[in-house]
Amino acid sequence: MSTVSTNSAALDSPGADSRTCGTTGLKVCLAAQRFIKLNAVAALVFLLLGGIAAILLALTRWQAVHLLPVDWFYRIITFHGLNMLIFWILFFEVAVLYFAATIPLKSRLFSRPVAWVSFGMMLVGAVMTNVVILQGKADVMMTSYLPLLAHPLFYLGIILVAVGTLIAVFNFFATLFIAKRDKTYEGSLPLVTYGAMAAAVIAVITLLHGAIVMVPTFTYSLGWTPEPDPMWYRMIWWGLGHMSQQVNVAAMVAIWYLIGYLAVGAKPVNETVCRGAFILYILFINLAAAHHLLVDPGVSPAWKMWNTSYAMYLAVLASMIHAFTVPASVEIAMREKGHSRGIFGWITALPWRNPGFSAAALSLVIFGFVGGITGVTLGTQQINIIAHNTMRIPGHFHATVVGGTTLAFMGLTYYVIPLIFQRDFIWRGMARVQPWLFGGGILLVSFGMSFAGSLGVSRRVHDIEYAGAYGPAAHLFLGLMGIGAIIAVFSLVAFVLMCVGTVLFGRKIEGRAMADWGVAESTVEAKPGSLAHAHWAMKGTMALTSVFLLCFAVYYFANWKALADVWPVQ
Amino acid sequence: MKTEERDPWLKRFMDNTWLLLVLGVVIPLLSYTLWGWIELLMIPPAPLP
Repeated sequence: MSTVSTNSAALDSPGADSRTCGTTGLKVCLAAQRFIKLNAVAALVFLLLGGIAAILLALTRWQAVHLLPVDWFYRIITFHGLNMLIFWILFFEVAVLYFAATIPLKSRLFSRPVAWVSFGMMLVGAVMTNVVILQGKADVMMTSYLPLLAHPLFYLGIILVAVGTLIAVFNFFATLFIAKRDKTYEGSLPLVTYGAMAAAVIAVITLLHGAIVMVPTFTYSLGWTPEPDPMWYRMIWWGLGHMSQQVNVAAMVAIWYLIGYLAVGAKPVNETVCRGAFILYILFINLAAAHHLLVDPGVSPAWKMWNTSYAMYLAVLASMIHAFTVPASVEIAMREKGHSRGIFGWITALPWRNPGFSAAALSLVIFGFVGGITGVTLGTQQINIIAHNTMRIPGHFHATVVGGTTLAFMGLTYYVIPLIFQRDFIWRGMARVQPWLFGGGILLVSFGMSFAGSLGVSRRVHDIEYAGAYGPAAHLFLGLMGIGAIIAVFSLVAFVLMCVGTVLFGRKIEGRAMADWGVAESTVEAKPGSLAHAHWAMKGTMALTSVFLLCFAVYYFANWKALADVWPVQ
Repeated sequence: MKTEERDPWLKRFMDNTWLLLVLGVVIPLLSYTLWGWIELLMIPPAPLP
């Protein structure tokens, strides 16, 4: 049976399987809608599982509590890593891809059977992996570095998830192809779709690495082939492990632009520059995987420095472009609405009670100020030597992947459920607080981990008392991490309960507009479009980005000072 | 005769999804994977005691 339909891709063609959204007026492909729902629900389930594991881990690393025994600590850390970094993220990203390829392009999804195959493989693989981990047959942590060896079904599960995701990415590109062929849209791809396309390209090379490393490890675990070289394994595995986080970055930035438009009416200040930044991601961001091998003896300093510095800084440049253009576009939109008092008057008038907007704004701030600054600093080869395998590393990536990506995905969910599931959110008061609780909790987690790591506390260690080397300050920061984790996981559970409760019991909104979360209102002084070419109008963003650069410089050079202190000259 | 004006090369490059897909796969594959793989292959085996 061919999966390729010969009818037109346009959703407004006769007999198209679509509906009209009561809020946006856009056509929604019903096949895409079904798979957005399925993937989003699966993502939420894995987010909840990963969140439960997170609190168990935090209450174990908080030495005063020390909850889990050693075997369960490593079991749960494996479970947490895979559910949070792979399953929750990949399922949600597939939902984002199906949205971005269909609704903004007014196109149908390329193939429903292909989407079923993808979803089935991903779901079976994720469940299989989780069951094997909880049975105690894969206490190898997420990285599963050889010569640690797990049960074959652990590797098979990950292979199924990777291949299933690759099939979804194929469905995304095929949808772009039929949309262009049938001219469902004019000109270039909309920026949100463009960002999703960047994420999909990055996903292709990511998942190829997953296949390259997992297939021989799977056959080795079955006893069919010799053991792959552990150094080779580390290098290729990080092609999966770190590159998959770059898929998140591209998807997250696309969501920032989308929510800026939905909540404030912000349009990119310069589309060409924004697209150029996404292209820099496509070309260079994946090289950052080399950060994980900065202390490996097998690869040369030239390889390390090229991949983590010279070439990778082009991707950092892209992030700095987005970190400027997203708030700049919001500032322009707010000033055009008449909120032009002083340098920061537009900030106080933003719709902070809108959970979609507050989640995206907090995501941008946490990702940039905490995750970005620590990431570039820790990725410097010389500085890395004082931070490698300490708690500073999870302190960094909890700011990027959780404070950045997860919070942005939560923000989008506050729109996805009303627009796609067609139900108004329950517990709206709780929803307005939830992003602030989650963002605050994750900041405490990140700071606690980072400062404990600065004092030398190792990551992935069950017990730090064995050495007797850590004083009260390290324990204080681990306690801070524990308190932050309690707040963040409380907020995460509330988020999942709100989503599930809304899908089951929320007020149906079929045929009418969703209940408004709150948008930036115009004043009597509003002049739409008046500042399109007024560069001075971004003065608030210029001030904010100057503060950012100052923070970066202080943190970066403080770390060089810390490195110099390791070998004091007498 | 009506002639259609071509878009500037930068716009055509930016809009070429398939070229970006190829470059997005080839560049990290060469810079990270193949280069690193070759370096690992060139390590002489350690003589066992």
